[in-house]
Amino acid sequence: MSYAAGVDVGSTQTKAIIVDEDGAIVGRSLLPTGANVVAAAEHAFATALADRGLSEDEVGFVIGTGYGRYRVEFGDTQITEIVCHARGAAAMFPDTETVLDMGGQDTKAIRIKKGGDVLDFCMNDKCAAGTGRFLQSAAAALEMELADLGPTALKGQRPVKISTTCTVFAESEVLSWLARGKRIEDILLGVHESIASRSFALLRRVGIQGEITFTGGVTRNEAMVAVMNQILEAEMNVSEESHYMGALGAALFALERIHKGREPLRPREEVSA
Amino acid sequence: MMVTAGIDVGSTYTKAALIGSSGHLLSTGIRHTGFKLEQAAEGALRQALEEAGAGREDVTYLATTGYGRNQVGSRDVQVTDLTAQAWGTRYFFPGTRTVLDIGGQTMKAMRLDETGKVQSFRLNDKCAAGTGAFLEKTARYLGYGIQEIGPMVEYAREPVPISGVCAVFAESEVINHVSNGAQPADIMHGAMTSLIERSVRLMKRVRMEPEFTLVGGIMRFPTMVRVMREQLGQSVNVPPEHLVQFTAAIGAAILAGRRLKKLGEPAQAVLSP
Repeated sequence: MSYAAGVDVGSTQTKAIIVDEDGAIVGRSLLPTGANVVAAAEHAFATALADRGLSEDEVGFVIGTGYGRYRVEFGDTQITEIVCHARGAAAMFPDTETVLDMGGQDTKAIRIKKGGDVLDFCMNDKCAAGTGRFLQSAAAALEMELADLGPTALKGQRPVKISTTCTVFAESEVLSWLARGKRIEDILLGVHESIASRSFALLRRVGIQGEITFTGGVTRNEAMVAVMNQILEAEMNVSEESHYMGALGAALFALERIHKGREPLRPREEVSA
Repeated sequence: MMVTAGIDVGSTYTKAALIGSSGHLLSTGIRHTGFKLEQAAEGALRQALEEAGAGREDVTYLATTGYGRNQVGSRDVQVTDLTAQAWGTRYFFPGTRTVLDIGGQTMKAMRLDETGKVQSFRLNDKCAAGTGAFLEKTARYLGYGIQEIGPMVEYAREPVPISGVCAVFAESEVINHVSNGAQPADIMHGAMTSLIERSVRLMKRVRMEPEFTLVGGIMRFPTMVRVMREQLGQSVNVPPEHLVQFTAAIGAAILAGRRLKKLGEPAQAVLSP
């Protein structure tokens, strides 16, 4: 029995997924990336193996993805996260034609063919506005846990209009609304709406079509899902796996390589030497 | 004693300046702006009055400027940042034709005619990468405070290239450089170089011409001024270090004096409400 693995080294979190020969998820892990990217990738892989009690030898192929994919030193090859998210989304939700990936530092809109081939994509490569980082800044300013933002925002009734674009300035804007007596839930709802409207603009640039699947770490945030659905006037596909979609896509590509019996692009001996 | 006062209510600091009847600068005062703008303004003014040995009743005319200028109830008049900055700059360097003002959350470039009138200006307040916040963030990623930037960057030997596209993305860039063994001083120098490149682009858009005068808090770092001189291939004026933050307040106080003089002229007095 040979397993395949995908390790997605994101700017904020590192995810690993292990699949069996049928492509079913058998092990997973999620860790903060931190400063030591190489160690984060190794640690995530080891944790996912331990999740199922597997040893490294039982994994036939490993693919690295995400911004730190070239730091997955034990990986057999690398694939960009755009292609991996598309593949993962198509596997979980076969009618997906549009993918919105919201991560710690970037947001990507991806148009795909049914099955997962990427047709077009668009991302915020110049600016952190409209990404998960915006939520982190708001959480820091309000001294809240990231996980509490969504539930709090859902209680908002009258969202404030966030005028700053830049994530750095958003922190002081959030505080100034607080000083002016606005309720935290209304400020946070405003923050979510501001991010959602930027993401919507990205999606429109690639064209919104078919089912929309939401991927990346921000999928955990119920308020973001609700606000996005409202703007889109549609229900995005979200599941437990959404957070791991890049790693899942990478693992599925790794499985294909095993099935096709292809040689690894970068032999393992060479990497460890 | 008769004095005119100028208060510049900026996003980070509130500055006050007093001008005596002979037209010379008497004293200055400074406070953190915070959220109580009026209090900050009165506090800065009080400090300046104490330093000059004057009382509140000696202020014959008070002009306010900066983003919070309309929130100071005791003002006699408010003037725009640009006009105040133009007059304040020319107080120190009457031949100034191009002014670059880098503040905590803004970057402004303007071109003046020979009488000090603003001919053209460009402003960035949307993105932290073009403001003092960029240096502050970079320092924080390196584990240094704002106060340490100046002394630390003096040890720079060769700037490490920093893309300067986004103050948030700079974090991963800085972490990468540190893990590759780059010196904090060289990284800081790189951040300054990238900020100066951005400001030169802004100055080109107002069709800059000599003399150049640089104002704003971060011009107290000699490295900033040196890099600017290199990039322009020109000499640049910088007001005395302890007054570099006060130029707009000084300009406002001068404009207050001019306004008062005009009001004293019979024909004008009839016209004024």
